[in-house]
Amino acid sequence: MNLDFTSEQEMLRKSVAEFLAKECPFETVKEIEESDEGYLPKLWKKMAELGWMEVYFPEAYGGYSDPFMDVMIIMEEMGKAAYPSPFFSTVILCGLILTEGGTEDQKNALLPKIANGKLIMALAQYEEEASYQPTGIRMPAELSGDQYVLNGTKMFVTDANIADKLIVAADVKDAGITLFLVDAKDPGITCTKMPAIGMDNTCEVIFKDVKVSKDDVVGNPGRGWEILERMFPKAIIAKCAEMMGSCKVSIDMTASYAKERVQYGKPIGGFQAIQHYMANMQLGYDTSINYLYKVAWMADEGMDVTKEVSALKAQVNEQYKYISERGVQIHGGVGTTREFNIALFYRRAKAAEYVLGDTDYHYEKLAQALGM
Amino acid sequence: MDFSFTKEQEELREEFDVFFKEEMKNAPPKWGKGGLESIYATDEGFEFHKYMAKKLGEKGWISRAWPKEYGGQAVPLIEQFIFNEVRGYYGAPGIDGFGVGMFAPTLMVGANEEQKNRLLPPIARGEVFYCQGWSEPDAGSDLASLSTTAIRDGDYYVVNGHKTWTSGAHKADHMFLLARTDPDSTRSRGLSVFNVVMDYPGIEIRPLLFMDNKHVYNEVYFKDVRIPAKDLIGKENEGWALTRQTMNFERSGGGGFLSAKKSVFDIIDYVKSTRRDGKLLSENPVVRQKLAKLYIGTEVGQALAYRINYEQEKGGLIFAASAASESKVFGTELAQRVANYATEIMGLYGQLAPSKWAPLDGEMIDGYQFAPAANIYAGSNEIQRNLIAWVGLNLPRFK
Repeated sequence: MNLDFTSEQEMLRKSVAEFLAKECPFETVKEIEESDEGYLPKLWKKMAELGWMEVYFPEAYGGYSDPFMDVMIIMEEMGKAAYPSPFFSTVILCGLILTEGGTEDQKNALLPKIANGKLIMALAQYEEEASYQPTGIRMPAELSGDQYVLNGTKMFVTDANIADKLIVAADVKDAGITLFLVDAKDPGITCTKMPAIGMDNTCEVIFKDVKVSKDDVVGNPGRGWEILERMFPKAIIAKCAEMMGSCKVSIDMTASYAKERVQYGKPIGGFQAIQHYMANMQLGYDTSINYLYKVAWMADEGMDVTKEVSALKAQVNEQYKYISERGVQIHGGVGTTREFNIALFYRRAKAAEYVLGDTDYHYEKLAQALGM
Repeated sequence: MDFSFTKEQEELREEFDVFFKEEMKNAPPKWGKGGLESIYATDEGFEFHKYMAKKLGEKGWISRAWPKEYGGQAVPLIEQFIFNEVRGYYGAPGIDGFGVGMFAPTLMVGANEEQKNRLLPPIARGEVFYCQGWSEPDAGSDLASLSTTAIRDGDYYVVNGHKTWTSGAHKADHMFLLARTDPDSTRSRGLSVFNVVMDYPGIEIRPLLFMDNKHVYNEVYFKDVRIPAKDLIGKENEGWALTRQTMNFERSGGGGFLSAKKSVFDIIDYVKSTRRDGKLLSENPVVRQKLAKLYIGTEVGQALAYRINYEQEKGGLIFAASAASESKVFGTELAQRVANYATEIMGLYGQLAPSKWAPLDGEMIDGYQFAPAANIYAGSNEIQRNLIAWVGLNLPRFK
């Protein structure tokens, strides 16, 4: 048992933290939130130059083949900065789909472009019914000659508004769920950003007679759900890492505030009501973070983490909400303002809850995995 | 980062597993989960505790992690952690939480050589059992306000006072006592630690019955009890610093999450084989969700326990001290949730004490009653939360 990070990993963490502290303070985060693009292209480019996009991509496709634990570290630090970017959509969701299920041609063509910061991607899985299950993917892709034709509406497609390419999950008759690489600028696509608590790029995407070449099927027709399932565990680990980074910062900023804010002539952090909330927050953090590290280690070791990722996502969903909500409460009135930063995390916790399965969904998945 | 155990550690786990699985066949009926009630409430329970202690002592397993000069094998803490996990999983007794868990490490840091040589070996052999002489009717969480006195008189100290919540005093051979040696002192100044043999004249033990009518706690009255001065541990009037260390040993458990996980698996088996209104309980979404939540608690608690063990081994004491408080809070409140959810899921049967009618041998309703005690003992969960805030988060401590 060795529960320390390597010195290289510590350096990676430090460099991400320093970069984001310098380039994306919370004032910038708020400006990004208020922009249509929802990200800063110049930072995206700098990150690509620093080599953070291709950390886990196989060397054969220009990556470093580093353990996924390194991506987890990057996501944790992004969470601390509340950094809005298409990193999760592009590098994690679509990057994992491509590395797990893409054809050689697709991997050769797309992964280096992601690495260079030249390609932003988004995953279009959910539909109007908002199901996380395979049964929720009903949009038809009809074969017509050498092409598939997509018609329908995809919902909650994060970063579709800035994406160059989409990966679209659709139903192919007699084959089943199939993933398609689709040009996001196709004239048959109408993309509308929806107003959401995360102030992020969650979009409605309408497809009208969008034609896709057979070569743009990811892997093979009918293998879509299987590929998604191979992507889910590591993507959940990455998202939970980001959420835990946000929990850490929520606790730190709340503790600092509680030491400074004076009422009745004393810092409020000395009052037991505040201390007990904060103890619960710290307890929620320490249990969850160590579980995250354990599950990330298991995934890197190639172990089956079906149970663990559901347990992890449910746990982190609930703890992030609890920690950020108590953070607002301890801040008092100022915690509810746009000016103070704790509310950034309160809002983002709710948005993150829905990513790759909400709490109730994962409780049920876990119950199944436990044999019930 | 690597959460794996070495091959040797896995083999050790297997060895412990085989031992406890076999020996637990000797447990008396209605043994329960191996907590204080299992051990102290019945004569058969305590006989089994003694039997197991002797076995463990013979194997050298009580003192494995002790330094070699006190008869231990100085094995890494992780091996002790594995031992505690397996023992917890089987609900096995044989490790005296007071003697082995608290007083032996206190002796190692605070006693003189003669005391170490005299008192440690019988603990390691599983022959002497301790109780904890700390709380008093007017000194609970605020322990330093205690008023029992031990006044020097020649080669003796004369003790007068009243201790309470003394689990197992009616079975214990010795007590580690915290008493005021300077009668003019207040609070933490002027306190001292003693090793007290429980059959000294003047000690009276009265049962303080638990809510389920079981005899676990006691009140212990001292009337002019003469304790040999050689049984003062550490320096006179400096017992508080030593006691603070004992408290840290008290909270450094961490083997309990595997025990909770076993309960969760037992409940899952129960809901998969029990029907109500034509359906298995396991088909009920509310039941499924409750069990998923409990399972998550055992998983994340165990991950924290690994971290604490790892940091303690590395000497990260500040983190470990705060995190040990977290683990105590989380572990006890998880056990309470397990018992509460289990007895909710069982419906009417949930209320039944151990008997032929009670599901899972009535362990869950016993747990439901014992849970509040665990939330209070070893430093109430409120005191633990204060410690997390002060030590872990560096929040101000008002005087």
